[in-house]
Amino acid sequence: MPKRKTLAALSLLILLAAATALTACGGTSSSSSDSTNTITLYNGQHEQTTAKLVAGFEKQTQIKVKVRSDDEDVLGNQILQEGSSSPADVFYTENTPVLEDLQEKGLLAPIAASTLAAVPAKYSSPQGDWVGVSARVSVLVYNTSQIKPSELPSSILELAQPKWKGKVGFAPSETDFQPLVTAITKLDGVAAAEKWLKGLQANSMVYPDNETVVAQVNNGESTVGIINHYYWYRLRDEVGTSGMHSALHYYAPHDPGYLLNVSGAAVLKSSSKQAAAQKFVAFIVSKAGQEILAHSHSYEYPIGSGVLTAQPLKPFDQLQLAPVTIADLGNGHAPLELEQKLGLL
Amino acid sequence: MSTFAPSEPAASSGWARTWAGRRRWPLVSIAGGVLAAGLVLLPLVFLIDQALQPSWGEIERLLLRHKTAVLLWNTVRLAFACTILCAAIGVAAAWCVERTTLPGRRWWAVALVLPLGIPDFVVGFGWVSLEPGLHGYLAAVLIMTLSLYPLVYLPVAAALGGIDPALEEVGRSLGLDPWRAFWRVTLRQIAPAVLGGCLLVTLGLLAEYGAFEIVQYQTFTVAIFTEFNLGFDTAAACALSLVLVLLSVAVLGGELALSGRGRSLRSGAGARRPAPRVSLGRWKAPALVGLIALSGLGLGVPIGSLVYWLVRGGSTTLPPASILTDTWHTAELSAAAAALATALAVPVTALAVRHRNRVTLLIERLAYLPQALPGLVIALGLVSFSVRYALPLYQSSLELIVAYAILFLPLAVVGVRSAMAQTSSSLEEAGRSLGRRPVVVWWRVTLPLLAPGLGAAFALVFISAATELTATLLLHPTGVNTLATQFWAYTSGFSYGAAAPYAALMVAISAVPAYLLSRRMLTLARMGQR
Repeated sequence: MPKRKTLAALSLLILLAAATALTACGGTSSSSSDSTNTITLYNGQHEQTTAKLVAGFEKQTQIKVKVRSDDEDVLGNQILQEGSSSPADVFYTENTPVLEDLQEKGLLAPIAASTLAAVPAKYSSPQGDWVGVSARVSVLVYNTSQIKPSELPSSILELAQPKWKGKVGFAPSETDFQPLVTAITKLDGVAAAEKWLKGLQANSMVYPDNETVVAQVNNGESTVGIINHYYWYRLRDEVGTSGMHSALHYYAPHDPGYLLNVSGAAVLKSSSKQAAAQKFVAFIVSKAGQEILAHSHSYEYPIGSGVLTAQPLKPFDQLQLAPVTIADLGNGHAPLELEQKLGLL
Repeated sequence: MSTFAPSEPAASSGWARTWAGRRRWPLVSIAGGVLAAGLVLLPLVFLIDQALQPSWGEIERLLLRHKTAVLLWNTVRLAFACTILCAAIGVAAAWCVERTTLPGRRWWAVALVLPLGIPDFVVGFGWVSLEPGLHGYLAAVLIMTLSLYPLVYLPVAAALGGIDPALEEVGRSLGLDPWRAFWRVTLRQIAPAVLGGCLLVTLGLLAEYGAFEIVQYQTFTVAIFTEFNLGFDTAAACALSLVLVLLSVAVLGGELALSGRGRSLRSGAGARRPAPRVSLGRWKAPALVGLIALSGLGLGVPIGSLVYWLVRGGSTTLPPASILTDTWHTAELSAAAAALATALAVPVTALAVRHRNRVTLLIERLAYLPQALPGLVIALGLVSFSVRYALPLYQSSLELIVAYAILFLPLAVVGVRSAMAQTSSSLEEAGRSLGRRPVVVWWRVTLPLLAPGLGAAFALVFISAATELTATLLLHPTGVNTLATQFWAYTSGFSYGAAAPYAALMVAISAVPAYLLSRRMLTLARMGQR
């Protein structure tokens, strides 16, 4: 009876698949996780760069690092749900607000004083529960065939003017955007921030992420876009110089748009491997760790142990940043509520 | 038309008056149904528990603003238009493949399913490269329809493969022309599959984030993700998700009213006989052009963008050897999840079709809910549950498989449902009256009758699980990567060339169950002809 044979074969196949998967979970459900020589890193940073840092750390210390990568905001939510049972020992992010939020909820352990000392204090948590690791700067990307450099705005605030209608791309749902709203609020007041957001809303295309913003400016769908500098360099790596039809523009010195975004790392209070976790954080801000960042294709600025970037970026000491501190940026809730009130999100 | 949809003598009365051996089966079904309902309730309990935490002021601030109305309106009109289009395309394509002599049917049977196996991101990139200005409502309708119509196509194709041609022949003998016979007889027989597929599309779009990622079209999910991503506020995000639950309750009720009480039983007690294929005649060329256009847009554009990356991408390298391990992990996790979801769907649909009452209907409706919830809510629900009550299972393969099974149970239920409606319990009763034990009867009578539906369910879940990202990133065992997680890791760093092979493999392994299914359905048809 061929009918029964086919059926039997099909059932067998399904059972086999189920069985292998079940045996697989016996094999993979981290038998080594209790070993004191292994830590778990929740990674919200550029994965390839983290992999290089981890390799350097493992070589230097013989401590193994298991990496779980996801968007930093999802990892933040996950850590909140996990609470004291979190398997994470270290949390490494692209932005500081999520670390500030976990710090406020008491989920982070203090960073060792020697680690904090490796990085200028203004780039780390004022309370000392997370340390700054690297930085990038907020810029304007523009399409070189659509606009001349002389026509570009000197302030991010100008993008709200009617003459930019239909020309601006930005990603309000990205964690990189809230700090700009905070900066404008701090330097020009909440009314100015509200007015700016309203103008921007009328002028702009909303994109889901910064990768899309830079790609759409590069192919001419938007004339200018609000991004962090490294997205442009990473796009250039992928499409080649011949594929780039855009360039970066820096705002006037100390403009609220000329903002530094810091990436940070923290040790979880719930971690049972505090010593190893602290060692990892110390490593990434040490000279060895910062050198790895300086040469990486993530194009971020190293900010610790006096290391300078090896990439052809605008030199870090020439950046003329807006006078906004980490403490000013806080956990990002205030700008979010403003954006929601205006219906941007 | 009630003659063509004979109503079964009230199924519930059958519980009491049948053979002693029969009772055991409902018991097994009940146990299975309760297990399925319990699994679906896990994330729902989490959702409600979280949603009760934020203050009313916060919920009011988020809900009672103009933007909410705009987002809801965007969601509803997108779901409405896409559902109608998916229904039309899915049914037409399934009919061409299953019931006509269209050339290249085997190829079409696989190609028409594949858009389901392509990550949103690839679809979006393909379209943006082709037409950078593509956004707004019509763009969203076009692109979401092209990626979601397989949710209708696959169950309908399975149902068409299993229907009894006798009813159509009766219709024709009573003077209906072929078109009317299709409209008034065939369509009614496949109605559970069509409605089920539409349900998946509608509910899926309620929670769909892809429309925003692909064509910048904002739906209600955008508001939910804002709370997750920027507010780190799971409680507020869950409160907003309750709006989706309310919407889906309305949709589920509406579908129940539409599907009515008719059952698509086979007319006779004879062996399965395949329906004869229709020659398309002068419609052959238009049908082929239509299918080519459908595949060209739904499959060609994204695959074109993959090829472009491979050729032009600066990060293109030979993929690391680990890509084979990743493929294997993806395949085994997806296969196990598909097997589990299909196994859970059988009792759920058996109860709802054979023993229809308020409780069994509630279980069946409940099984659809995961389709309307953002995957992140379901995955965080499992995180929260397992760290409290099952810590050793946290971030294990088993937990990930269970998560997939919950997420895609609705797909499995739709796949199995119409097959279940097409089988008549009288055949099983005949089997038992011949002295066979219920297990034997189930194995030799029921299972073969259900096979096309089980195959469709398995394929739907497998393909969806193979491309799943959100729950995978939260729950995968540390160190076990899938094609989707690796693809994500590369694309989020702009390394499109290095990411492309992973997406290509996702599409390739999605073709496997689609191919096996089409083989099986064709084999069945041939066997019947003997």
